[in-house]
Amino acid sequence: MNIPETLKYTKDHEWLKILENDEALVGITDFAQSSLGDITYVELPEEGEEFSEGDTFGVVESVKAASDLYMPVDAEVIEGNAVLEESPEKVNSSAFEEGWIVKIKITDPSQLELLLDAAAYAEIAKD
Amino acid sequence: MSDLKRTPLYSFNVAQGGRMVDFAGWEMPVQFGGILDEHKTTRAAAGLFDVSHMGEAIVSGEQATEFLDYVLTNDISSMEVGRVVYSLMCYENGGVVDDLLVYRQGADSYLLCLNASNVDKDVDWLMSHMDGFAVKVKDVSSDYGLIALQGKEAFPILEILCDSDLKTLKYYHFVDAKVAGVDCIVSRTGYTGEKGVELFVRSEDAASLAEALFEVGKPKGLVLAGLGARDSLRLEASYSLYGHEISEEITPVQANLMWTVKLSKKSDFVGKAALVAEKEKGPEKKIVFFKTGTRRIIRAGTALMCGPEVAGMVVSGTFSPVLNEGIGSALVDAKFLKQELSVDNRGKAMAIYATKPPFIELNPQA
Repeated sequence: MNIPETLKYTKDHEWLKILENDEALVGITDFAQSSLGDITYVELPEEGEEFSEGDTFGVVESVKAASDLYMPVDAEVIEGNAVLEESPEKVNSSAFEEGWIVKIKITDPSQLELLLDAAAYAEIAKD
Repeated sequence: MSDLKRTPLYSFNVAQGGRMVDFAGWEMPVQFGGILDEHKTTRAAAGLFDVSHMGEAIVSGEQATEFLDYVLTNDISSMEVGRVVYSLMCYENGGVVDDLLVYRQGADSYLLCLNASNVDKDVDWLMSHMDGFAVKVKDVSSDYGLIALQGKEAFPILEILCDSDLKTLKYYHFVDAKVAGVDCIVSRTGYTGEKGVELFVRSEDAASLAEALFEVGKPKGLVLAGLGARDSLRLEASYSLYGHEISEEITPVQANLMWTVKLSKKSDFVGKAALVAEKEKGPEKKIVFFKTGTRRIIRAGTALMCGPEVAGMVVSGTFSPVLNEGIGSALVDAKFLKQELSVDNRGKAMAIYATKPPFIELNPQA
């Protein structure tokens, strides 16, 4: 199971990649996409929408199941990954790169400390 | 999953990377490479499915034909030996005990192919109606493996391994033949809408048959396919699935399956009176197939709304990899049949679009 060292994680199987200026990309992990199977639809939030940590900000659907997406930290949406509207399978083929789901502006960077590192997430992502 | 039953292909499925799940008490592969790919490849080339969980029963005896005409809705007496017929078995009230395939193996001998989850119920039902008929019913489910080979390449693959000429094998007919040196019932049937066969094989021969088919089929694009693709393929073809489009509560009148119910056959049959009455009166509910117009799947159990009123319930829902949109079926109250229907999507109404089945053009008898 691929769990990049450089990312932060949640127990809900989302990853967060910190960019500059308190911006970040959020997606679902390789473990999550593998559990869901072929992803057929990703519901993206609107630009400018604000969420608190733990809020549902979208849905990932596969043939087998629909799974809510939870915001890892308080944040405002900069943009959703428009590529996923036509090619949701990118979440399967490239969960940590092309398959990112939303770009956010982090409201309270101190919350980042509450996220899991790769080693801690690896404990959760066991079958 | 230690209490689950395993098919003769269990080890083969696991060795080939099948993701195993509990299905009707069986440990079955839901997918191998991925449901969408398995689906599309079955339409484009061929897919191999382990459906050994399906049950089989032998009905034989002097009055086997009369008996089956009495417990089943389709016309059994007019079947020739070598024919397959799709039939329902109904309760007195018109609800469905099961849907099944009937194979006429001899003048007085039939093989029934039953849904896995219904085998015990079906056999009990058959036995409880045997009084007065010179007939025997035997559950032979554990004797058989069942392998479905479906898609344009199914026959080219099969012909490499089969000792008989299959060119004359017509749709909904079967023949006894050797495939890869193994005795099979080769049945020109399937649940995908594609041209193909289902192979009944002795349990102990099932794994070697699957291996041989896969080996020969791989160069022709054959993939292993699981129950996930089986479900999306059957729904795209608008085939009914027991417990979804038909059930104890959902009758053939409601499910548009009256073509399997021969009201004009000589024999009376269980459920006839109720079905005649329902047909004359007009059903209170109907199965409707729909598209979502988007990539969203509306899943079984979702309420269908007509404005503020509940109009029905979704009974099947999946993603069509061919249409790239959500498809499904729903049981809709008759008074809402011509109305615009929607489902609630987090407080917003999302329309569904009733569609005449099947969802895509298919020609399995070609």
